[in-house]
Amino acid sequence: MSLQDRNRKVVEASITRNKDKPGALLPILHGIQDSIGHIPPEAVAVIARELNLSRAEVHGVISFYHYFRQTPPGRHTLQICQAESCQAMGSGALTAHAKALLAIDFHETTSDQEFSLEPVYCLGHCGCSPALMLDDEVHARVTPDRLEQLLAEARRGQQ
Amino acid sequence: MSIRIYVPRDSSALSLGANRVAKAIAAEAAKRGTELEIVRNGSRGMFWLEPLVEIETPTGRLAYGPVDTADVPGLFDANFLQGGEHRLLLGPTEQLPFLKNQERLTFARVGITDPVSLQNYLEHEGYRGLKRALSLNGGAIVEEVTQSGLRGRGGAAFPTGIKWKTVLNTEAAQKYIVCNADEGDSGTYSDRMIMEGDPLVLIEGMTIAGIAVGATIGYIYLRSEYPHAELALNEAIAVAVANNYLGTDILGSGKTFHLEVRRGAGAYVCGEETSLLESLEGKRGIVRFKPPLPAISGLFGMPTIINNVISLASVPIILDKGGDFYRDYGMGRSRGTLPIQLAGNLKHCGLVEKAFGVTLRELLYDYAGGSATGRPIRAVQVGGPLGAYLPESQFDTPLDYEAFASLWAVLGHGGIVAFDDTVDMAKMARYAMEFCAIESCGKCTPCRIGAVRGVEVMDKIIKDQDRAANIALLRNLSDTMLNGSLCALGGMTPYPVLSALNHFPQDFGLHQTQQAA
Repeated sequence: MSLQDRNRKVVEASITRNKDKPGALLPILHGIQDSIGHIPPEAVAVIARELNLSRAEVHGVISFYHYFRQTPPGRHTLQICQAESCQAMGSGALTAHAKALLAIDFHETTSDQEFSLEPVYCLGHCGCSPALMLDDEVHARVTPDRLEQLLAEARRGQQ
Repeated sequence: MSIRIYVPRDSSALSLGANRVAKAIAAEAAKRGTELEIVRNGSRGMFWLEPLVEIETPTGRLAYGPVDTADVPGLFDANFLQGGEHRLLLGPTEQLPFLKNQERLTFARVGITDPVSLQNYLEHEGYRGLKRALSLNGGAIVEEVTQSGLRGRGGAAFPTGIKWKTVLNTEAAQKYIVCNADEGDSGTYSDRMIMEGDPLVLIEGMTIAGIAVGATIGYIYLRSEYPHAELALNEAIAVAVANNYLGTDILGSGKTFHLEVRRGAGAYVCGEETSLLESLEGKRGIVRFKPPLPAISGLFGMPTIINNVISLASVPIILDKGGDFYRDYGMGRSRGTLPIQLAGNLKHCGLVEKAFGVTLRELLYDYAGGSATGRPIRAVQVGGPLGAYLPESQFDTPLDYEAFASLWAVLGHGGIVAFDDTVDMAKMARYAMEFCAIESCGKCTPCRIGAVRGVEVMDKIIKDQDRAANIALLRNLSDTMLNGSLCALGGMTPYPVLSALNHFPQDFGLHQTQQAA
C-alpha cells in the first residue's frame, strides 16, 4: 500500500469514527495525527467535503492550533517547556543545550529525520521543573547531562 | 495476607521514574517470593519526594522517598514492607510536616485512593454529594452551592452559584455542562492532579451540576499536554457508566447525564471560556464577544455552565457536608479552601490545600522551605503567566482575592512560581509580551498587535535604546492592552509586565527611585 493510500485510509477512518459527534473537527484531526504524526495536506479537502465546510475553514483550524502539524515530524519529538516555572529552574540553558546538540532550532527536524524540536508552554510538572516530553514520556528535573542521556537512548531505540 | 504498597501513577511521579520503581518492586518481590499488592494511587503532592512509596501498616501508611530503582533491593533488605529502618524512611505519611496542617477538602482523596476504583471512592465518602443532590430539586442544589461562597477557581473568581442560577433559570431544549480543563498557566497543576488522582470527584461534581440545572450532556475540554489525565478520566468515566453513576436513569433517579472528554490542541487562549466553546464546536479558538454570557448562550448557542476543574471538584463535598461547612473556611469574601501549587525555584514544591488567608511567606518558607538554589527569593509570580510579580515586601499578603486585587495582583488558579535573585525581571517582562504574541487568538488589535510591539519595545529597553522614551511607550501600550483587549490574555499581560517594571525598576535600567509613574 502506498503512503498516500495508507494516509487516505486513516483520514477516512477518523472521519467515519467522529463525524457524527457535535463539533467533530478537532476529534477528526486528533485521530489523524495520532495515527500518522501529522495532518497530510490531502486530508483537508476530504474533511471539508465530509463536514460540509470550506477547505479554508479546515485549514484555518489546523493552522490555529500549535499542536497540529502539517509536515511529518522526526522519528522522535522533543518538547521542552518554556514557561516561567521551568525558566526559574534552568530551562533556558537546557533548551540551548538541546538546540546545540541537535543543531536545529524550534519547529525544525534534524537532517537525519531523527528528532523534531518543539517548544511547549507548560506540561503541568511545575513541581519538578524543568520538564520535557520525549515522544510520549514525560521527564522532569532534567539536567543537560540527563538530556544527552535521553537523546542517546532514543537514538538507540531504547525508548 | 499480602501487603499493600502504593506507588503513584501521577504523571509528575512518572516523570521521575514511578513506573520503573513499581516494576522494580514487583520484580524484586517475585524474586523473593513475597506477596504484595501494588496500588497506583495519585500523588500526595510532595514532588521533591517523588517517587514516594507508601506501605500500608496497621497503624497507618508509612512513606519512603524519593525512591530510585537502585534503592529497591536495599529497601527489601531493610524489610521496608514491615516499616523497616532505611535512609529513605520518612515516617507516617499523614504526619509529614508538609501535609500535617493542610486542610484538604477538594483533595481529600488524592494520593490516598486508587483513582479509578469506584469501590475505593465510595469507601472514602465518594458519591455522597450526588446522593444528596438526587434528593433535592435543582433550585435547592444551586442554593447550596451559592451558600458555600464558592467562586470560580479557574482565576476569574466569579461566584459559581450565580452562574448556575442563570443556567437553571434559562429555558432551553438542551443545556450543557462544560469543564474547563485547559490548565495552561505555568506553575499550576492542581487540575491535572485531580484528574489523574481522583477523576471521580470531577465526574461527580459535573453530574451534580447537570442534575441541578437540567443539563444532560457534559464535556471535559482537556489540554493535549495532559495524556495521563485523559487516560485516567476515560477509565473513570467507563467505571461510572458501568455502575450507573453516569448515563440514563442515574442510580434509578430517572436523571440523565452523559460525559465525554474532548482534547484541545495546544492553544493557551482556549482556557478563556468563550474561546474554549468555539474550540469545542470544532472551530478556531477565537474569543467571542460577551454578552451574551455562556450561561445564556454558550455551547452550540445553548445555556452552558462552564467551570474550572477545581470549582466542579469542590461541589461534591459542598453537597455532602453542606454549603455552610465549606463557607466556614476562608476569610473575607474568599470562602473555602484553595489548592495552592508551589512551583519554580523552591526547595519543596508541591500542592498545599489551605483555607484562604494563609500568607505567601508561610507558603514560601514554612511549606516550601525557601528556594531550591539556597539563594534569596527575589520575586514570585502568582496566578500564571498573566499574574503580577510580587517582591519580597509583599510576601505577607494573605491569599485572598480582594487582598491581591488591592495590590494590583491576582490569585488566579493558585499557582505560585518563585524566582531567586539571579532572575532578570526585564527578561520576564519581555517573555510575558512574547507569550501573549504567540498565544493571541488575533481577534482584537490591542492583543494581536500590542503584544508584538511590546516585545519590540522591551528589546529596545533591554538594549538601552532611548530607554526613558521606550519605558513611557511601554506604559502607554500596556494601558491600551489593559483597557482595550477583548479577553484576559491581552487584558492582563500588562500585569506581569508593569509589576516587573514597578517593583524591579533597576532591571529595566532605572534607579529604584526613578519609577516614572
